Amino acid sequence: MKIKYLKLDKVEGPLIVLSGVKHAAYDEIVDIEVGSGQHKKGRVVQIDRDKVVIQVFESTAGMALNNTSVAFTGRPMQIPLSKGILGRVFNGIGEAIDGAGFYSDCKYEIVGRPINPVGRKYPRDYIQTGVSSIDGLTTLIRGQKLPIFSGDGLPHNELAAQIVKQAKLSKRGKADSKEDNFAIVFAAMGIKHDEAEFFKKQFEAAGVLNRVVMYLNLADEPIVERITTPRCALTAAEHLAFEHDMHILVIMTNMTSYCEALREISSAREEVPSRKGYPGYLYSDLASLYERAGMTKTSKGSITQIPILTMPNDDIAHPVPDLTGFITEGQIILSRELYQRNINPPINVLPSLSRLMKDGIGEGFTREDHPDVANQTFSSYSHVKEVRALAQVIGEDDISELDKKYMEFGRQFEQRLVSQGFEVNRSIEQTLDMMWQLLTYLPKEELNRLKPELTEKYYKG
Amino acid sequence: MDAIKGRIIFINGPVVKAENADSFKMREMVQIGRRKLIGEVISIENDIATIQVYEETTGLECGEEVISTGKPLSVKLGPGIIGNIFDGIERPLLKLYETGTAFIPEGIGMLSIDQDKLWEVNITVKIGDQLEPGSIYAEVRESSLIVHKLMVPPNQRGKVVFTEKLGSYNIEHTVVTLNDGADFYELKLYQEWPVRIPRPAAKRKPIQQPLITGQRVIDTFFPIAKGGTAAIPGGFGTGKTITQHQLAKWSDADIIVYVGCGERGNEITEVLEDFPEIVDPKSGKSLMERTVLIANTSNMPVAAREASIYTGITIAEYYRDMGYDIAIMADSTSRWAEALREISGRLEEMPAEEGYPAYLPSRLAQFYERAAEVVALSGQEGSVTIIGAVSPAGGDFSEPVTQNTKRVVSSFLALDKNLAYSRHYPAINWLNSYSGYIADLRDWYSDNVAPEMLELRVKLLKLLQEENKLLEIVKLVGEDILPDDQRLILEIARVIKNGYLQQNAYHKDDANVSLVKQYRMLKVIDRLFERAMEAVKNGVPIATVKGNDLFYKITTMKYNVPEDRLDILDALINEIDSFYDSLKCRYGKGECKL
Repeated sequence: MKIKYLKLDKVEGPLIVLSGVKHAAYDEIVDIEVGSGQHKKGRVVQIDRDKVVIQVFESTAGMALNNTSVAFTGRPMQIPLSKGILGRVFNGIGEAIDGAGFYSDCKYEIVGRPINPVGRKYPRDYIQTGVSSIDGLTTLIRGQKLPIFSGDGLPHNELAAQIVKQAKLSKRGKADSKEDNFAIVFAAMGIKHDEAEFFKKQFEAAGVLNRVVMYLNLADEPIVERITTPRCALTAAEHLAFEHDMHILVIMTNMTSYCEALREISSAREEVPSRKGYPGYLYSDLASLYERAGMTKTSKGSITQIPILTMPNDDIAHPVPDLTGFITEGQIILSRELYQRNINPPINVLPSLSRLMKDGIGEGFTREDHPDVANQTFSSYSHVKEVRALAQVIGEDDISELDKKYMEFGRQFEQRLVSQGFEVNRSIEQTLDMMWQLLTYLPKEELNRLKPELTEKYYKG
Repeated sequence: MDAIKGRIIFINGPVVKAENADSFKMREMVQIGRRKLIGEVISIENDIATIQVYEETTGLECGEEVISTGKPLSVKLGPGIIGNIFDGIERPLLKLYETGTAFIPEGIGMLSIDQDKLWEVNITVKIGDQLEPGSIYAEVRESSLIVHKLMVPPNQRGKVVFTEKLGSYNIEHTVVTLNDGADFYELKLYQEWPVRIPRPAAKRKPIQQPLITGQRVIDTFFPIAKGGTAAIPGGFGTGKTITQHQLAKWSDADIIVYVGCGERGNEITEVLEDFPEIVDPKSGKSLMERTVLIANTSNMPVAAREASIYTGITIAEYYRDMGYDIAIMADSTSRWAEALREISGRLEEMPAEEGYPAYLPSRLAQFYERAAEVVALSGQEGSVTIIGAVSPAGGDFSEPVTQNTKRVVSSFLALDKNLAYSRHYPAINWLNSYSGYIADLRDWYSDNVAPEMLELRVKLLKLLQEENKLLEIVKLVGEDILPDDQRLILEIARVIKNGYLQQNAYHKDDANVSLVKQYRMLKVIDRLFERAMEAVKNGVPIATVKGNDLFYKITTMKYNVPEDRLDILDALINEIDSFYDSLKCRYGKGECKL
């Protein structure tokens, strides 16, 4: 027989406080009954002697100090999972919201255990996204966490949808990449209804709707559930990847809303704030999500994460993109300037980076010339930026002949390689050949990052 | 003595309070709750102790017991450390993985180095010998590179009254017994040491030799000293970790302690997969034979992240006492500082700058001061070099961790975002970086490399600074307008940047470069500069001075000269000379030798 506590001390924001509690466990889930029959869930977030602070999922509206009863379940938050989740839609606490119920005997704690670094398998197989600036210059690797840093109004959703539609596993991986072991887990945190609709439509268009699992917490839904949404989604991803050996692509959007929810709850709990009011544990909290990407030695599956976040005021030094960049394995940065010049996808390649790229490209992976040609392209394009700054001051007519060549290289690079549209799908060979073609706008002596034998073979200037 | 028991009254994340704890000691290790989670006492008020917990506190209840262990947070020091991987409080991750799960379970208790493995022990003392603290009483071959010397712990001494027979024993076996007249001390194959207390040494020695890293920009321009300290600050994506990996791979220390503190899991996995396959150029053995990994990744409990740095430095000091040179890489100290901030916030302490606790500078200083070259109690000479990565928020070096680190380290290797964007690695900015060891190392360089090495260094650094000033002008008016001698400086600076400072970590002849080769490369660049400048002064136009592919050849010499073919560099010098001699003839000034 479970004890029910009938009186609250305090209700404030998403938190309730009650006292006289015996045997509450940290992080356990409580069942809250409001008035007659309305049930909500909550989570224990602090215990101080017999006083317990509970964070309520959904909202605390309608709660009074004396119309609410609380029962402790004695276990941390769990969600039911099975392979049957494919094609289903859930809310932020793992309840099916697509009209049908969902039941499974297997329940999983959503907090998840850290993966032992010894148990990890280092990711080396690349994923061909068909987007040249990603495949060629910031290659995505299976098991990587590669976020898209965007701004409000930029086409990050379109880019994510394009990746979902076009993503193909590498040649090396083909042996075990049967069509049916690929799935997408989609976690929506604080995005608008029409954005969620957009993704649904795109999944439908790509014909993958029956292998997508969605966890939705939209902009007007309770913020406490926003904290559990990605955890439910990642637990589902871990279940599919590590128990059913599937390759999972997790899209989490929008991480900025997630962090704001975290801040809102932190301030309701009167915690000491750190930068910009975000709690001091923001780094650890984000890490507990992002680090759930990867591959393990004990299973064949993998989790690849593409978190999307919008940089407030396009500021990359804002705590959310900043801390994210320190945890994730690189970033793809969208640029407002390129977008205004109608270059789509507007990927700003210079600050974009894939940390796992170095071990997943080159001979035996993509093509022998890939590391050098990527390196050279970065180096030359970064010089274009300097030349442009100069041309702005003294006029393009007065710069040296060599610099004019750089200007042309920069233009062609942006127009042909970066600006491919959201519908075009290029193979890695096409991308690499195009990079060589572009480099022919520059004289051979300028290409000091290329090994001589590669220039011999590929440079056709 | 019965263990003291407290009772939990408060839980908030990794912070727990227990009552009835008035006889708990500050910094004491405790076991918490039914699952015996490991924690450390961080403050005591009346009878309430505040404890930071090194594991997940999910499921903990008020009223559960807290049991004291009577000793501060300590690690076991003995054979079995080298080649192994531990978490922040020295629990063996390899062993945890062998239990069958790829994830880290909780409540695993206080595991440490392997207690079952048998080591062949060579006892070096006999009955009747008088042993002092630090005296070596036995040796064990720990790896193909490391002989592990067992030393009397710093607080014990006495006459040997028992020695074990020759044979193989596990670490719990007593091999020597000492008697100091009053007490008997049983010496096993390990000793315990509290991580927060520096191990004592007989004497600190002054800085006198560099830690050779094989990285040109470091060894030539901003050297790190054995027993010294260095910081590598840089925003994300500037290549801190890869620089640290390069140093771990190629520096000439005997043992590398690599602390992955709050960083990515995959980076540790990369080290685990790469290092066993890389052959140490000095010994011809696998790098793992001299490496210890401490991994507390960002998603592992935050309190253990705070401890991981101390665990690493304590292990380093232990091997230093045996007479080895140790380099410890801490990646990243900012994560450690953030762990301090996080715990401080949970304790509701008054925050100082950017929410960091006010004791951040003193903690940083205490850590870096544990670097030293010493004469150990055993009489052996060894050193600990600390190389800490710093991850400033937004790449802004004015934030508290970078600033406070700057005050206590002597080599500052500033990573630069723009260099990283153009994929110039290592992205160490030559204008912001500095090394405080140049004066201390002057004699070493002139005795062991060449007397003029450091002069060349100054000369090239000056050129780079000159270039920086000229670039300001170029930004405004373009390069064509500059006089030829200034344009030559820009060209030479380009050669230095692309051909010398930039180093390809994945090229077989470029990843690791000996000091001799560095010096000879410097000579080539210097000769090129001198001869080209002479030609420019004689009125030869810059386009001709550059030659057809002479500059290109020198920029790419780093790829074309293996360590055993340094004569190619002499040939390059000859090529420079003959090219400019021929120019002299054509332009009719000076003496024509042809």
